[in-house]
Amino acid sequence: MSVQFSQETYKQFEEVLTHYPTKRAAIMPTFWLAQKEFGYLSPDAMEYIGQLLGLSPAYVGAVASFYTMYNKEPVGKYHLQVCANLSCTLLGAEHIIECIEHKLGIGLGQTTADGKFTLSEVECLGSCGTAPVAQINDDYHENLTPEGVLQLLETLSVQE
Amino acid sequence: MAEKTLLRHLDIPDFHKLDVYAAHGGYETARRVLTTMKPEEVVDQVKASNLRGRGGAGFGTGMKWGFLPKDTQKPIYLCCNADESEPGTFKDRAIIEWNTHILLEGILISSYAIKSHTAYIYIRGEFVFGAQRLEEEIAAAYAKGILGKNIFGTGYDLDVYVHRGAGAYICGEETGLIESLEGKRAYPRIKPPFPAVYGLFGCPTIVNNVETLACVPMIMQNGAAWFKAIGPESGPGPKVYCVSGHVEKPGLYELPMGVTLRSILYDHAGGIRGGKKLKAVMPGGSSFPILTADEIDVAMDFDSMRKINAFLGSAGIVVMDEDTCMVKALEIIDRFYHLESCGQCSPCREGTGWLHKLLSRLEQGDGKPEDIDLMDRICTNMMGNTVCVLADAAAMPTQSFLGKFRDEFVAHITEGGCPMKKRHAHGAESRQAA
Ligand SMILES: Cc1cc2nc3c(=O)[nH]c(=O)nc-3n(C[C@H](O)[C@H](O)[C@H](O)COP(=O)(O)O)c2cc1C
Ligand code: FES
Repeated sequence: MSVQFSQETYKQFEEVLTHYPTKRAAIMPTFWLAQKEFGYLSPDAMEYIGQLLGLSPAYVGAVASFYTMYNKEPVGKYHLQVCANLSCTLLGAEHIIECIEHKLGIGLGQTTADGKFTLSEVECLGSCGTAPVAQINDDYHENLTPEGVLQLLETLSVQE
Repeated sequence: MAEKTLLRHLDIPDFHKLDVYAAHGGYETARRVLTTMKPEEVVDQVKASNLRGRGGAGFGTGMKWGFLPKDTQKPIYLCCNADESEPGTFKDRAIIEWNTHILLEGILISSYAIKSHTAYIYIRGEFVFGAQRLEEEIAAAYAKGILGKNIFGTGYDLDVYVHRGAGAYICGEETGLIESLEGKRAYPRIKPPFPAVYGLFGCPTIVNNVETLACVPMIMQNGAAWFKAIGPESGPGPKVYCVSGHVEKPGLYELPMGVTLRSILYDHAGGIRGGKKLKAVMPGGSSFPILTADEIDVAMDFDSMRKINAFLGSAGIVVMDEDTCMVKALEIIDRFYHLESCGQCSPCREGTGWLHKLLSRLEQGDGKPEDIDLMDRICTNMMGNTVCVLADAAAMPTQSFLGKFRDEFVAHITEGGCPMKKRHAHGAESRQAA
């Protein structure tokens, strides 16, 4: 097996186990720890998690594939997740997406050649009062405008 | 109702911090309840308050708690439903992030009432900030002896854990939530047995929404009669309405239950943007029938809404002005249900897929005259035929759109696409020519 948690992450994993009466119930938090540490849930990472929790690789894969936020493929350094649900569309989400596509030269589900940006369309982010909204990695960006989005992309693209 | 409760953080800076919350009387109620009342007395008071669940179904909270077996040897669990994924809904997020301790106090009092020693907060994966905030404030509460062992010296223990979802709407359905918490795919369970009898890890479990639990401290502080006097007696209390879409001032409004939709839109949310005319409103998230502009004098409470064949749902109010294409709006809604159907039941898995496909076809101008009735029939066959009501949540809005805005659907067929888009494109051309 080619992957393993760092000591620090392993400690967090041990803490998480104490939250539940079964090991299996720790699978979602363990996925989160793995995604943070390895960037995405590679087949190796899933096999490792299976061993930690005493679950078969098939079971681990089946659970991981149910949840859209677990990345089964690597994503760009910045994952642009633009809400395309109703309230955001009413206030111009489509235009925001077009702006990003145009600026980065990628379509939905694609990653820029330099690995910096991945663009995805997502469903309601629970932030409709400040539509249109995008989640970039962990952070929400609300009340988006085309100008604002372009500026944000500029800022992110020069950031190391 | 001048004083805010659920959105009190809007009036008090740093209200999410334990010391600030405590300085404004926070946890005094929990302390009094735990030190002077029996759990049964708390259940009775919540029952008497007529508090009804804010997660969407409006079920009596005290009654639900009453379904727990009286003398079980098994542990009892409380699950706080913080999955908030109903399109148009963003109230729980505000409570979690900015009125954090009203929720934690609600969880403490409710857990005590149902004799639970373990509570899980199931929070949708996207709410990273909210989850961090909860972790921090839970840690602060443990440090002060408000959570953990021997709370307020009463011998009562409670552990509270944050469990993050990972992008699946169905985890908001209470048995999907339970399956997910157990470390599985979130396939909803067949009911009965209900969670109160056979829930998390096979143990008696109560699932309540964030806003529901946040109402519990004020009920215990001010009494059931006080709560019942706010709005209609059959489903009273302060309510957080979420307004989004084409209004001047989108946002959250805490108002007495039963205020009219018109008042919310025009007295509070500033009316329709740019002085446009109102066309339609989704009053309770996207899972329920749509209302037309002449139906907005309805009172926004559980029972008044039912009288006009609508639902309060999650009170996610999505406002659409005269320029909105209803076919496009419905296409977005049904795309959502198609993507989010867990795939367990074929009427839902296939039905939501067909609806989405037919609507995309219609919007693109390839619709056939028989499509409208076909969609209506698909909906009828989806409803009541599945393990959970996600299928109904797709079928109900679809049938109401088809019924109330049929002309627009027909126009998409006869005109070979969206007439509005064409009008807009035409307008742009003539502007350019000018
Ligand atoms: C498809 C579906 C999605 C749901 N999503 C949520 C949700 O995100 N949040 C929530 O509190 N309830 C949601 N519910 C309702 C829950 O099943 C349950 O009724 C609620 O959490 C009970 O809490 P309450 O009685 O306090 O309202 C959903 C129901 C269905 C059928
Ligand atoms: S519709 Fe975009 S956040 Fe709700």
